[in-house]
Amino acid sequence: MTLSLTDSDLNKLHGDQGPATQMAMSILVQMAEIFDAAELMDITGAHIDSTIYIGEAGLEYAERLARLGARVAVPTTLNVSGLDERHWQEWAVPAQWARNAHRQMLAYQSMGCIPTWTCAPYQTDWKPKFGQQIAWGESNAIIFANSVLGARTERYPDLLDICCAITGRVPAVGLHLTENRAGDLLLVIQDVPLSLQSNESFYPVLGHLIGKIAQDHIPVITGLGVTPSEDQLKALGAAAASSGTVALFHMVGVTPEAPTPEAAFQGCQPSRVVPVTLEMLRAARRELTTAEGDQLDMVVLGSPHFSLAEFKELTQLITGKHRHPGVQFLVTSSRAMTHFADRAGYLQALHEFGGRVTVDSCILATPMLPAEIKTLMTNSGKYAYYAPGLLNTWVTYGSLADCVESAIEGRVVRDEKLWAG
Amino acid sequence: MGRIIHGKPVVPGAAQGKLLFSGEPISFWGGYDFHTGEIIDRRHPLSGQIAAGCILAVPFTRGSSTTTAVLLEAVRANTAPAAILTTGVDSFFALASIVAREMYAKPIPIFTISHQDFSRFQSEDYLTITEDGRITIS
Repeated sequence: MTLSLTDSDLNKLHGDQGPATQMAMSILVQMAEIFDAAELMDITGAHIDSTIYIGEAGLEYAERLARLGARVAVPTTLNVSGLDERHWQEWAVPAQWARNAHRQMLAYQSMGCIPTWTCAPYQTDWKPKFGQQIAWGESNAIIFANSVLGARTERYPDLLDICCAITGRVPAVGLHLTENRAGDLLLVIQDVPLSLQSNESFYPVLGHLIGKIAQDHIPVITGLGVTPSEDQLKALGAAAASSGTVALFHMVGVTPEAPTPEAAFQGCQPSRVVPVTLEMLRAARRELTTAEGDQLDMVVLGSPHFSLAEFKELTQLITGKHRHPGVQFLVTSSRAMTHFADRAGYLQALHEFGGRVTVDSCILATPMLPAEIKTLMTNSGKYAYYAPGLLNTWVTYGSLADCVESAIEGRVVRDEKLWAG
Repeated sequence: MGRIIHGKPVVPGAAQGKLLFSGEPISFWGGYDFHTGEIIDRRHPLSGQIAAGCILAVPFTRGSSTTTAVLLEAVRANTAPAAILTTGVDSFFALASIVAREMYAKPIPIFTISHQDFSRFQSEDYLTITEDGRITIS
């Protein structure tokens, strides 16, 4: 297919709007050709994952765009950065890393982006609307925006997200178009006790399993006996977008493009029907744990970033208690959510428990953990998935209650009753 | 003389190297150490292998959006694969290669190959790829 560009696109490509827009449009057009797009289309929002500092190349890219005078053309939120800007010195972050990560933060801020510094932009004021065309990076944010909100984004990689934001344009392909949003794989949840379905620890496990089964297909989930909360859907999506390439799922009766199975499949038949059994879920749960034994150095919660509702749930479990001195307790969240948690008294409860908060970033994106932290416990499927490779730590997956109980006991304890069936 | 297959150029370029392949998709974030070129996803079959300078063949990327940024760092650090083969067009790999050309004039050759050709790869294969995607396997 030949890519057809509008006069405005061509002007940008020829540098009429300055060298930064020209560079962004040049990269975008090359990608549009690779996607075999017929044209570009407008977006009305963007979320930038390129903020995560990992090395010199990403920094050079951001600073080149900034130096060329880049400005975003649409409201644009920023993902986690490589640094908790105001608190990094309380942790093991090397000063050189902090300088570079901060330069990268400033570069993206200089382009007119909104400094949200969160991987849960869908829980901010800039949450997109149903049907809105957006260019989002960050795998968990992409799957949430598409699936739970019914906004429309492709799976934008780092470095391209900012090109879309600067030009206000994206290739008209993939999940931007209605016909590509139909489910093609039916997952039927069978014989899973309602008590388990009601527990938050069910959703990351289900997500992890779905990611592995669906890979790059669009799954349609049926057979749940409860309506999951927003945070449960967030946890499911984050895990599915880690173990798989899933950018959109439908859950019949829950997500907005799936009032019925027919709607989710857009009238077509599923290409494959896969039962999801308790046995498969138990195996998926086991995969999220790499640690052996009950040794524990740190409990970490909040990937994706902790919401106000999650802070509240945690507060109910920790009030009047204190962690074991041998186990650190960390919550990762956004500045905005932490501010609300503070106003509600939840931070006070966390501090009394002996817990701490990190904002703007997370344990995977900033080298904050001291070397003596070898074993982690989390209720986040995403932390459990990535920590072994990125941090070279052992990890145990458990429910929120398990995590709190373990922090108090000073060793890993898990309530197996829920998963016994 | 070796067997010859044809790849469709996503980002054209000539390359040669030892083949490193897996039917399992990969995320470079949490999966690729750009300081060393090692595959570090401990759940991945290629865990522990050094992909720097090799021809890496995987079906597609999974997981994090940061895969592109990690691959760009690998290009800058000279620890990237010599070329990448996938079974479908993978936008994450393609973008990293395009930005590597823009920033460092060092695009990574990327080609798609058929599922059938992919399934016939052997672990001792050595690949020589021409600009237009002619792949000699020896």
